[in-house]
Amino acid sequence: MRQILRRPTLLAGLIITVILVAIAFLSLVWTPLSPTKMQIVHKLKPPMAQGLLGTDQFGRDLASMLMVGAWNSLSTSFLAVAIGATIGTLVGVTVAAIRGLTETVVMRACDIIFSIPPILSAMLFGAFIGAGRFTAIIAIAVFMVPVFARVTLSAARQIWTRDYVMAAISMGRNRAKITYVHVLPNISNQILVQVTIQLGLAILTEAGLSFLGLGMPPPTPTWGRMLSDSQTFMGQAPWLALLPGSAIALAVLGLNMLGDGLRDLLDPRDNV
Amino acid sequence: MPRLTLSTSTGFSRRTFVALSLAAGVALSALGSAQAAPKTSLSLGMSVEPSGLDPTAAAPVAIGQVTWQNIFEGLTTIDKDGKVQPQLADSWTISPDGLTYTFKLRSGVMFHNGEAFDSSVAKFSIDRARAADSVNPQKRYFASVDSVETPDAATLVVKLKSPTGNFLYWLGWPSSAMVAPKSAADNKTNPVGTGPFKFVNWAKGSQVELAKNPDYWNKAGTAKLEKVTFRFIADPQAQAAALKSGDLDAFPEFAAPELMASFDGDSKLTTVIGNTELKVVAGMNNAKKPFDDKRVRQALMLAVDRQALIDGAWSGFGTAIGSHYTPNDRGFVDLTKTYAYDPEKARKLLKDAGYGSGLTFTIKAPQMPYAQRSSQMLQAMFADVGVTLNIETTEFPAKWVADVFKGGNYDMTIVAHAEPMDIDIYARDPYYFNYKNPAFNEVLKKVDATADAAEQAKLYGEAQKILAEDVPALYLFVMPKLGVWNKNLKGLWENEPIPSNVLAQVEWAQ
Repeated sequence: MRQILRRPTLLAGLIITVILVAIAFLSLVWTPLSPTKMQIVHKLKPPMAQGLLGTDQFGRDLASMLMVGAWNSLSTSFLAVAIGATIGTLVGVTVAAIRGLTETVVMRACDIIFSIPPILSAMLFGAFIGAGRFTAIIAIAVFMVPVFARVTLSAARQIWTRDYVMAAISMGRNRAKITYVHVLPNISNQILVQVTIQLGLAILTEAGLSFLGLGMPPPTPTWGRMLSDSQTFMGQAPWLALLPGSAIALAVLGLNMLGDGLRDLLDPRDNV
Repeated sequence: MPRLTLSTSTGFSRRTFVALSLAAGVALSALGSAQAAPKTSLSLGMSVEPSGLDPTAAAPVAIGQVTWQNIFEGLTTIDKDGKVQPQLADSWTISPDGLTYTFKLRSGVMFHNGEAFDSSVAKFSIDRARAADSVNPQKRYFASVDSVETPDAATLVVKLKSPTGNFLYWLGWPSSAMVAPKSAADNKTNPVGTGPFKFVNWAKGSQVELAKNPDYWNKAGTAKLEKVTFRFIADPQAQAAALKSGDLDAFPEFAAPELMASFDGDSKLTTVIGNTELKVVAGMNNAKKPFDDKRVRQALMLAVDRQALIDGAWSGFGTAIGSHYTPNDRGFVDLTKTYAYDPEKARKLLKDAGYGSGLTFTIKAPQMPYAQRSSQMLQAMFADVGVTLNIETTEFPAKWVADVFKGGNYDMTIVAHAEPMDIDIYARDPYYFNYKNPAFNEVLKKVDATADAAEQAKLYGEAQKILAEDVPALYLFVMPKLGVWNKNLKGLWENEPIPSNVLAQVEWAQ
């Protein structure tokens, strides 16, 4: 605990993330108003004039939309990263255990996936199965796989050179068992740090997809679409762009700070 | 938009910058340098670039908005009040049975390539439009033509199979333009007409340039400008920026009503709200359950608060309509009260029709802001009466035309119908509404059978009432023409009885 308090980056990141997650969960049971309720007579009211954060061009309550948007954005990103991290880690540790030609093939395949922008693949998915939460999750997860595969591979390769692993090999333990007992526990910190950082990117990508109309369809509020809808209202209602924009920036900032802080905290070299 | 990458190889702080720049969402469009407008040239903006420049070969209204009355002219024309006026035909007589039209053509009219206009050219143009392999977008308007004869160079006789009361009006449309036999095939990329402007150049994706035709046949109607540039800018923010910087002199159909207020107080620009023929209509597939039940369609109409929809979707600009007809069409009747907003009654009607426990269907909404926003408004209003509306975004025009317009594969859709006086679309078979009502078809047949304006107006009134009662589509509102142009610019049309930009009489005030 003292370790955390001594690190302002980590602390700030943690606070921001916890607040956002709390708001996201709160939106499941309570919002000030229904986020889809249109009240045309109250349209384009600035913050505090109507509701806490004002209303959009349809007179919907922005505070409620942002809250539900937080849930949609965070849940989509968490799921996508969870899927990507699981598959990517499995691929990484497996390849580290096998090495050889497999490593070359798998890593070049990762390079190929890296070369395709996620927005492009999301558009392809969208054309086949229609835009929506599922499309967004898959599109983001696909691009998380090579990230985690690379990180775990390089971390796991180091572990495989350690004396205790050598000892286990010489004792005749099979490679799957070594991976499970020795490798995974020793690289879990790196994976955790990577998950946190990738979450920030996933939120950004999800916002980008919604911005382009490839995210969840209306009336489900998402930060990205709120931003996209606000473009032409920028002059008369700047809060329409500033609020979801700040929400996205804050979420990404918080997760990145949390990730950076965790990396410092968990880096074994610092603890010597 | 900044490009998003998922690479881990760069520093983390850079991502924060990407996040912030996306979040701000500010597109800094490079503003062109403002230059003092020369008094004889005009730079005019349009949201949509035409697909070609031959109005007799394809339907998009943008084609006529560039070429009609500027490059191309017709036997008749339509003036700024929507009335038929003579043009290349000086005068005409109609036989008492309404079957024979004898046109007296103007002499001394030359096409831009030097070809002379005479009765043989007029016959060529009409025959080309009605030929079996014609791709004319309004080919049906020529369906009643039986034969075209040319007794002499200045006389054209058109014989019809059946009386067609609107024949002269249709001849004024962009799709009825007179084209020269030698150049007709190339009009799509190099249009040659008889109009006050000549085509100069088309930089695809950017602009079309026209220059004054010094040899125009009508000396009184000679263009007052030397040069006109049509520029195509899709993004409303960029449109506003180009106007404010002086890069554009005029935007006759500005795309974003919510940005109109940003021109208030501008020392150079004036805003002019006119009317158009753009009827925003949510068509239903009348052949498909549950829309084959009139009560369901009526209930959905009752669920719509038109004024709230106009306020929410189009910033309050627009006029509510109760049928497929606009206030500037002749014989207009206000029918917004036939099924005025009454959610209580809507719920009851739905219950009577057997949908008391709810109803779910999908609207295929094109990407245009008016369609997207209106769909969201409908979604909220329908929810109030227990109807769940799913919104599926579709691409307009290509995908929409294939899927909805031609394929008929939809529950509900929403588009603005641009053609004036197109109430007859409900009598067409097939047409995407799949609406079939013999009584309605009968009324429209009677319109054709008479040339008496008062009688026609009365019949159009009847037709409007049948649609308002039957609700084959939800009649929402007529879009306004949001004109923004330089205060010193005179002669642009305030209203739009037909999609157009008629520029011959446009000039700069001294």
